[in-house]
Amino acid sequence: MNAPSHHPAAVRTTCPYCGVGCGVLAKPDGRGGATVSGDPAHPANFGRLCSKGSALGETLSLEGRLLHPMVRMPDNGLARISWDNALDKVANGFRSIIDQHGPDSVAFYLSGQLLTEDYYVANKLMKGFVGTANVDTNSRLCMASSVAGHRRAFGADTVPGTYEDLDEADLLVLVGSNAAWCHPVLYQRMIANKRERGAKIVVIDPRRTMTAEDADLFLPVAPGTDTALFAGLLVHLADTYALDYGYIDSYTTDFENALARARSIAPDITTTATATGLAPQDVARFFQLFARTEKTVTAFSQGVNQSAQGTDKVDAIINCHLATGRIGKPGTGPFSLTGQPNAMGGREVGGLANQLAAHMGFTPADIDRVGRFWQAPAMSQTEGHKAVAMFDAIAHGEIKALWVMATNPAVSLPRAGFVRDALSKLELFVVSENVLSNDTVQAGAHILLPAAAWGEKDGTVTNSERRISRQRPFLTLPGEAKPDWWMVAEVAKRLGFGEAFAYRGVADVFREHAALSAFENNGTRDFDIGGLANVSGPEFNALEPIMWPVRTEDSSTDTRFFAKGGFFTSDRKARFIAPEKPAPRMAVTTNFPFRLNTGRVRDQWHTMTRTGLSPRLGSHSPEPFVEVHPDDLTKANLTNGGFARITTPYGSCLLKVTASAGQRPGSLFVPIHWSAETASSARVGELVNPHTDPFSGQPEVKATPAAIVAVDFAYRGFALGRTAIPLPQPTWWARVTVTGGTGYLLATNDAPERWQERARALFPDCELAEYIDGPRGLYRIAAFREGRLEGCLFVGPAAHAPQWDSVKALFEMEAIEDMQRRMLLSGKPADGIAEIGPVICACFGVGLNTIREALASGAATNVETIGQALRAGTNCGSCLPELKRIVHDRVPQPV
Amino acid sequence: MSEPLVVIGNGMAAARFVEELGKRALGRYAVAVVGEEPHLAYNRVLLSSVLAREVPASDIQLKPARWWRDRGVTLLYGKKAVAIDPAIRRVKLANGATLPYSKLVLATGSNPILLNVPGMNLPGVLTFRDLADVAAIAAVGQGKKAVVIGGGLLGLEAAYGLAKAGAKVSVVHLMDRLMERQLDLRAAALLKRAVEAKGVTVHLNGDTAGIFGSKHAEAVVLKDGRRIEADIVVVAVGIRANAALAHGAGLVVDRGIVVDDHLQTSLADIHAIGECAEHRRICYGLVEPAYEQARVLARRLSGDDKAAYTGSVLATNLKVSGVNVFSAGDFLGAPGTEQVVLSDPGLDSYKKLVIADGRLVGVVLYGDTADGLWYLDLIQSNASIDKIRDELVFGRALVERIAA
Ligand SMILES: Cc1cc2nc3c(=O)[nH]c(=O)nc-3n(C[C@H](O)[C@H](O)[C@H](O)COP(=O)(O)OP(=O)(O)OC[C@H]3O[C@@H](n4cnc5c(N)ncnc54)[C@H](O)[C@@H]3O)c2cc1C
Ligand code: SF4
Repeated sequence: MNAPSHHPAAVRTTCPYCGVGCGVLAKPDGRGGATVSGDPAHPANFGRLCSKGSALGETLSLEGRLLHPMVRMPDNGLARISWDNALDKVANGFRSIIDQHGPDSVAFYLSGQLLTEDYYVANKLMKGFVGTANVDTNSRLCMASSVAGHRRAFGADTVPGTYEDLDEADLLVLVGSNAAWCHPVLYQRMIANKRERGAKIVVIDPRRTMTAEDADLFLPVAPGTDTALFAGLLVHLADTYALDYGYIDSYTTDFENALARARSIAPDITTTATATGLAPQDVARFFQLFARTEKTVTAFSQGVNQSAQGTDKVDAIINCHLATGRIGKPGTGPFSLTGQPNAMGGREVGGLANQLAAHMGFTPADIDRVGRFWQAPAMSQTEGHKAVAMFDAIAHGEIKALWVMATNPAVSLPRAGFVRDALSKLELFVVSENVLSNDTVQAGAHILLPAAAWGEKDGTVTNSERRISRQRPFLTLPGEAKPDWWMVAEVAKRLGFGEAFAYRGVADVFREHAALSAFENNGTRDFDIGGLANVSGPEFNALEPIMWPVRTEDSSTDTRFFAKGGFFTSDRKARFIAPEKPAPRMAVTTNFPFRLNTGRVRDQWHTMTRTGLSPRLGSHSPEPFVEVHPDDLTKANLTNGGFARITTPYGSCLLKVTASAGQRPGSLFVPIHWSAETASSARVGELVNPHTDPFSGQPEVKATPAAIVAVDFAYRGFALGRTAIPLPQPTWWARVTVTGGTGYLLATNDAPERWQERARALFPDCELAEYIDGPRGLYRIAAFREGRLEGCLFVGPAAHAPQWDSVKALFEMEAIEDMQRRMLLSGKPADGIAEIGPVICACFGVGLNTIREALASGAATNVETIGQALRAGTNCGSCLPELKRIVHDRVPQPV
Repeated sequence: MSEPLVVIGNGMAAARFVEELGKRALGRYAVAVVGEEPHLAYNRVLLSSVLAREVPASDIQLKPARWWRDRGVTLLYGKKAVAIDPAIRRVKLANGATLPYSKLVLATGSNPILLNVPGMNLPGVLTFRDLADVAAIAAVGQGKKAVVIGGGLLGLEAAYGLAKAGAKVSVVHLMDRLMERQLDLRAAALLKRAVEAKGVTVHLNGDTAGIFGSKHAEAVVLKDGRRIEADIVVVAVGIRANAALAHGAGLVVDRGIVVDDHLQTSLADIHAIGECAEHRRICYGLVEPAYEQARVLARRLSGDDKAAYTGSVLATNLKVSGVNVFSAGDFLGAPGTEQVVLSDPGLDSYKKLVIADGRLVGVVLYGDTADGLWYLDLIQSNASIDKIRDELVFGRALVERIAA
């Protein structure tokens, strides 16, 4: 190991949040933290970072980290065990279940947060050596429809363009993408294009998001009707002679079919407008803009993907680009913006149940090829269970062993409550994680394996433009944490596959992955990084961000696909797809009259296990909320800032109500980030229906019928603690990280007196300062230990919820002064309130400091004038001797 | 010729009265002050500090001899007035001399109450009222055992003074808490802890059965059988207005010498102020009402017919170093009142506000008493506190900053 240097150089690595994949310079501070800035040399961001990326340095704390392998004990507690023991238990568990019930009784559930190398090793073990394709990933919730759409149209999961297209386009169409919040750095590139080159921006989204703010045209489509809009567009392009027949004839098939279907869905602008709930003139404007503008990029994201017709939506978009030949040329193309940092990497290794490996599928030829390359004894022959189906299979006992890596399915999957119950039925439930506790761990994990986190991990990720970047470690592995690929390889060895998993390091894994991509490829597969198959260790360490394909060692230029055809279908031609008529899978009913939409907020990532550690990020949207259109607010008798219970056939949540005119009437929007760890009742996954897209298996998480009713709380408040505070049931709460500890915003029907009874239990072993005004419904406590503020609780009537700003400021301080402490429970800052010092004149409440000041300023010179100026000593006179002494002490005595 | 004005009693009320009168009507009266104690008037309040050796006895004189002389006051100290004859407007002194008056002011203060139990007149049983008492108490040696009967303001100050002087002190108190007339249960509990921290043992619910001793006090025996060894016993169970003279003169006397808002007794030209007076059925035991009465009377006797005394709202200060308590008004909170409480044991602070109909009607402060008088003003002004209620208990500075 290297000796720690006093001036460590910045390490170039990659942001672990969104699919933009920004380059990051991390400068470790030698105390376990790091300062973070954008990498000016990275072609994704050229030095920019968004709020999440900038706060990475605040999320490195080891608080709550899982640092040792743990095993669940009979008493349900977790106990530390050695790595050897843990790996044996995992391997033996898998082995005996496979022996008894066959390979399809086990599964891996992976994550777009994993590095490509982790993904590769896990995929290889399951599909080649255990013999099951039950390997799926949370990317299923995010990107699967794009993958399926790409594969149907292009014959491969290919993103044809590059980020530069966003800089060079004259028209940017954003569909179902709140890029301003979810892909902020890319969004800034688009805005720069608009500003500098005059590009037009069209935003298509049921919800008026932040992204819509800068749009030239905002189309608030009815949920799930995007296909109708793009079908209408295809018809319009055909009818206005805006098609590129040359391209269609040379490089595609099935155009007539697709156009005929489009005509049946949306024959003209009026029909399109009716089908999509848009104004006809807006539709017309969009169609004209699109038809007129050669350089058009259509970027899409979860709003398109997360639907039971997501694949059709993707293809309806792609159809319009194929039909105009606007693909693979600078400034053009359909562009899938991936949500996760390494969704692309996962797709490249084939870490999805319906892919085999390296962009190969389950054709006999592919199975044979991969089998030979891996020298695998047990190649899986068919697709495995995709995410939603995988948890169904767990629920009905078909799958008995599961290893969850780097994801939190108990929160994020549809019907999260059902998923949690399913998890508890597993015979073997392994979780490799960064954190000691999350909803998935709490669902009963049997074995916890401590995984390396960002800053410690070593490997590669691929961003939305196919660019592979290194995630480099700049912190030492804490405790006994290990990379996920190492854990899998160790288990593989214990299962008897040592030879095929004898990686000496992460570079070995990468080289093998690169070699597989090139194996018998010869240009037949898009994904080929054969040029990197022989990188040396130092070369791997120094690897610059590089866009695939990298077919040979000297190919290093960025490539677009399909400008001149060259698709990866058998005839190398693209397919036009005829989409189904759009309709959400579930209709709204009188009992569930709203449509529930879900999404992200700006400053949080997924289930907040990491972004939740940053106080700065927590302050943007601290409470889980539901956005409701003002008209619906009145109709449903809700109050802005009040609370409401959202119910669907699958579960319910209790959220804060926010009125938003940007919300479509009839739609509710709820962010996805909260879990049982961070809120009492905001696990939105519980509400979401399990219907999936027939092609991609991606669930329809943005269109569940729902009901909403107002819930009143008599009191609201907050609590702050250095550690978690055991708030009693049935308090409504949301947890946020604040500097120096944890904050809770809460609502309750328990009167102040009830809270007073609980105060001791909430802050054990503390000295409690207390404020109570029962008739006004106010109760506040501050807990101290050895003079340090350990926590506090403020409860007040809901109509005047106590504000926490000034209390939080005190909570952040190392030590607080007496005056601040005296004012603390007022909830107001002590600024400008002088410390009067010990009271000298009790009758008039005159303090020592006040007297000294009067003497210092000359306002008083002796006991009499003190009396005149301050009244001190003029009543009972009992302080006169003391006043005399103060005057005496102050006047220098002649020596 | 100046009218003869005689003041009986040379205590705090008397001194203030002369001072106020001197400001307004110097020369109108020929003033004579008769005082039983053989001293110039002194600040009785400071006796506790003298006992605690925080202030030398020589420092507590209210005004020097010259001050009296300059105002032409005839000072007759060390002289006891034994009778008043209103018919002939004369005051008789113990030595037989008589003083004529046209106006008479009674400022005789009060006497300590003794318990009606055996042993009260044993040597070593003392009271705590004047300099002579302090001298007697202070004579008790280091390490001696002292028992103070009475856990009110006075008893606690005596106990503290004794403890500071090196005695082993116990306080026997009849009630379940100290200073029950000024403090609620919580403040009293805090006070008990603070007093104990000063080395004083506190016996609550202690009903004295008698003082045991053959020639000298040896122990205080309680009705429940507890027996507390004592070298001296200080009885501080309360005071009674000193109204014997008035009674003898046929003035109306109830608990004290009954006066009206003009501080006039039942006889014209005879007035009473200070602890000896009973105004609107109240006998005060503090200096501030005495001073107010002194001022009002001085104004009236200087010809200001409008001056009237309508009563005082009481506030209490305990002078035990490092222990601040303050209470005023309906600090216990009658039924139907509301309470706002702020406490912080770490800062040794407890504050309770009692509110009725949106107005402050009572307050108890323990520890942080700086704003006591401000609360008292609020109580007296009877102003609505609805708007400032949420800041009120945090003190004047916060309320004023928010209002600014
Ligand atoms: C130890 C101690 C501490 C105290 N601390 C406080 C405090 O912190 N705050 C507060 O507000 N109050 C306090 N007090 C009470 C306060 O001292 C009295 O309220 C105040 O002194 C009353 O003034 P006065 O003039 O009415 O009575 P006094 O000051 O008692 O004056 C009466 C005088 O009249 C004399 N006299 C009586 N009868 C005759 C007679 N027949 N002839 C001649 N002279 C006579 C007496 O000898 C006495 O000197 C304390 C009292 C004591 C004893
Ligand atoms: S845009 Fe995405 S990759 Fe870039 S810093 Fe933000 S979260 Fe990270």
